[in-house]
Amino acid sequence: MDVVLEETGPGRAVVGDPVLEIRNLSVDYGYDEDPVHVLRQVSLTLHRGEVLGLAGESGCGKSTLAYAATRLLPPPGLVTGGEVVFTDRDGSRRDLLALSDTELRASRWQDTAIVFQGAMNSLNPVFRVGRQIADGIRAHRPEIGRAESLEKAAELLELVGISTDRLRSYPHQLSGGMRQRVMIAMALALDPQVLIMDEPTTALDVVMQRQIVEQIADLRERLGFSVVFITHDVSLLIEIADRIAIMYAGEIVEDAAAQDVYRRPRHPYASGLLHSFPPLRGPKRELGGIPGSPPDLAALPSGCAFQARCPYAFDACAAVRPELVTPAVAGDDPRRTVACLRHDPDRVAAAGFEPVPVPPELAAR
Amino acid sequence: MSNPPHVPGPRSAPASDVPALQAVGLRKHFPVRGVRSHDVVHAVEDVDLELHRGRVVALVGESGSGKSTIARLLAQLMPATAGQVLVDGQDATVHGRRAFRAYTRRVQMIFQDPFASLNPIHTVRYTLTRAVRIHQGRLRGEQLEAALTGLLERVQLVPAAQYVDKFPHELSGGQRQRVAIARTLAADPDVLLADEPISMLDVSIRLGILNLLRDLRDRLQIAILYITHDIASARYFADRVMVMYAGRVVETGDAESVTQEPAHPYTQLLVRSAPDPDDLAARAHGAHGEAPSLVHPPSGCRFHPRCPFAVDLCSAEVPPLLEVGAERQAACWGYSDRPDAPVLGSVLDAYGDRSALAAATGPARPSTVPVEEDLS
Ligand SMILES: Nc1ncnc2c1ncn2[C@@H]1O[C@H](COP(=O)(O)OP(=O)(O)OP(=O)(O)O)[C@@H](O)[C@H]1O
Ligand SMILES: Nc1ncnc2c1ncn2[C@@H]1O[C@H](COP(=O)(O)OP(=O)(O)O)[C@@H](O)[C@H]1O
Ligand code: SF4
Ligand code: SF4
Ligand SMILES: [Mg+2]
Ligand SMILES: [Mg+2]
Repeated sequence: MDVVLEETGPGRAVVGDPVLEIRNLSVDYGYDEDPVHVLRQVSLTLHRGEVLGLAGESGCGKSTLAYAATRLLPPPGLVTGGEVVFTDRDGSRRDLLALSDTELRASRWQDTAIVFQGAMNSLNPVFRVGRQIADGIRAHRPEIGRAESLEKAAELLELVGISTDRLRSYPHQLSGGMRQRVMIAMALALDPQVLIMDEPTTALDVVMQRQIVEQIADLRERLGFSVVFITHDVSLLIEIADRIAIMYAGEIVEDAAAQDVYRRPRHPYASGLLHSFPPLRGPKRELGGIPGSPPDLAALPSGCAFQARCPYAFDACAAVRPELVTPAVAGDDPRRTVACLRHDPDRVAAAGFEPVPVPPELAAR
Repeated sequence: MSNPPHVPGPRSAPASDVPALQAVGLRKHFPVRGVRSHDVVHAVEDVDLELHRGRVVALVGESGSGKSTIARLLAQLMPATAGQVLVDGQDATVHGRRAFRAYTRRVQMIFQDPFASLNPIHTVRYTLTRAVRIHQGRLRGEQLEAALTGLLERVQLVPAAQYVDKFPHELSGGQRQRVAIARTLAADPDVLLADEPISMLDVSIRLGILNLLRDLRDRLQIAILYITHDIASARYFADRVMVMYAGRVVETGDAESVTQEPAHPYTQLLVRSAPDPDDLAARAHGAHGEAPSLVHPPSGCRFHPRCPFAVDLCSAEVPPLLEVGAERQAACWGYSDRPDAPVLGSVLDAYGDRSALAAATGPARPSTVPVEEDLS
């Protein structure tokens, strides 16, 4: 992992034990006989102090994963299997999916807090932002008085770089970037250990985006929480995340250190995604994106969900479901995983097909 | 102006340097709603712009900087407060519906949201037939069928028969945007105004649409205005780039120089803020501030409240677009030879050292936040 260390940015903290372990999480949408299996056996581990990026196209299930892991999945969503184990600072562990309502209320915002996609538009337009933050605090900590909660709100605003004279502003008087900071401030109110952010900067322009991700990096350094950062913008993740998980059609298809995903992608979809962003510098090259479009989750083919768009598909791909394995590339970080049959000759052979080797484009050193 | 008879089909290369579409001194002020308010939103100010056949101009800028307003002014979907729109060098201001219809035959617009711009209750056939009939007369039977097939083929929806009877909800986002583009092509336009045509599409299919537009530029010699907030895609797709800030054009030039050697401090900030995993060191850290109010825009250079190089002159007078290279201009006093001009540096030096900046200006962590003890 020395590669990762030497390329580590200034804000990267030392990564520790697991703090949030998502195991075999499955989610369906729809209660009828024919629900859509939106998440299928997703496993993902967030370590203490880590920024974990979750990338993938719209509709692949990123938000669903965030909601399900925090037990905020709205109907008709239903968790059909799996667990989400949270490890506290004292080492005690609990499955968030098995908590009673009371326990859940105590856990929410303190163990894990979430900043929703489009949250900056969910502030109540008729209340001043200071009061909204204060009310949020009091909802979880009724013992805190009004004055004290307003004081806390002021501190939180200051923490995210908004001057306290904005306490008395209404949401419409703030820019999009400031409203997004208010949402981050609220999420930090009870000092969470895990902060899940769903597309926190997607609606903002790049200058504001840069200011917000800097802020998050800075706060993480000072307050020591771990982050799950969800976005479709892999180039942003490569900059800010320690590790990146790539999702496709409701499954994780690649999970590796950020620099490994960037320089040594092993899954054809991860590689295609990286080649969908024209570079800002360096030689200009012709790019094609990925042919076709993401599959309909209600009508997934058997075998690999990416087969229709994959330039490396072979006969086994239509029949055998790939699972996450260590890449079949000598010298790879043993902790990274990829779900592609090109990397899994054993599974291919066991199903009676002839294995096909990893193409050189997916074996870069 | 009178419109020449319309001849569809491939065109010859540009015969002259006369722009297909040109704007001179374009200005748009929106009244602010309010009882006795005489305030206006200064959305677009003194914009000059030229679109040439077979060329792409990218209009880049942050949200609210006036990009869409310019597109709507160029499409004459609303009247300008001041300024003029010219087609082939002739004043093209439309008065009345017939003139507007003739104008739309030359200048077509594609919108950001392919979900909203196609009527969900109509099939692709209906949508395209209507466009064909508006612009090419009442074709029927085989002629109509051939026209529809031709349009779908031009946007690479082949075989056309597979798409022509579909409803919008049966198509993916990228396919919908292709249908929207096919609809504009029914008019056989000279100019395509594309307002963020890919920003609502999945990342993996965005380049497919840009490559399609580029192909149309080359084969049909269409002039394209490409509006985006993504400066990397502007570099990929455009010949020239115009950067807007708070309603004004702050920099213009060929796409490569503007993105590789941005001259205006705002363009520098924009380029240095975009994610670029190849060049982590060259990112602007610690920038602050945000877009100004356009009701009471800052005096002089509208970027001066955020500019690390601003001097008195910057808030006193509006900087004109000054030459900064071959066919390159920047509206920044730093490029004038006035004695009171600011001295420009690089925004990286100005904003570069995050830790130094945080130490100097970052808010001290309030001691009462009860997280301190948890860190130990
Ligand atoms: N009909 C209107 N009435 C009043 N103000 C308007 C109107 N349309 C636009 N504006 C204002 O004009 C300014 C420019 O808006 P415009 O939509 O052109 O921005 P833009 O650059 O396209 O932004 P975006 O990237 O968000 O699409 C903004 O301040 C906007 O609020
Ligand atoms: N309330 C819902 N009912 C039915 N399907 C839904 C609902 N919400 C999301 N989905 C579907 O679940 C899939 C994943 O959605 P989402 O988690 O929002 O994706 P992402 O955040 O990656 O864009 C999509 O196919 C979407 O259409
Ligand atoms: S399993 Fe087959 S279809 Fe799927 S990504 Fe790998 S090569 Fe492509
Ligand atoms: S130096 Fe002055 S004129 Fe140039 S961008 Fe900065 S504020 Fe504007
Ligand atoms: Mg989402
Ligand atoms: Mg716009």
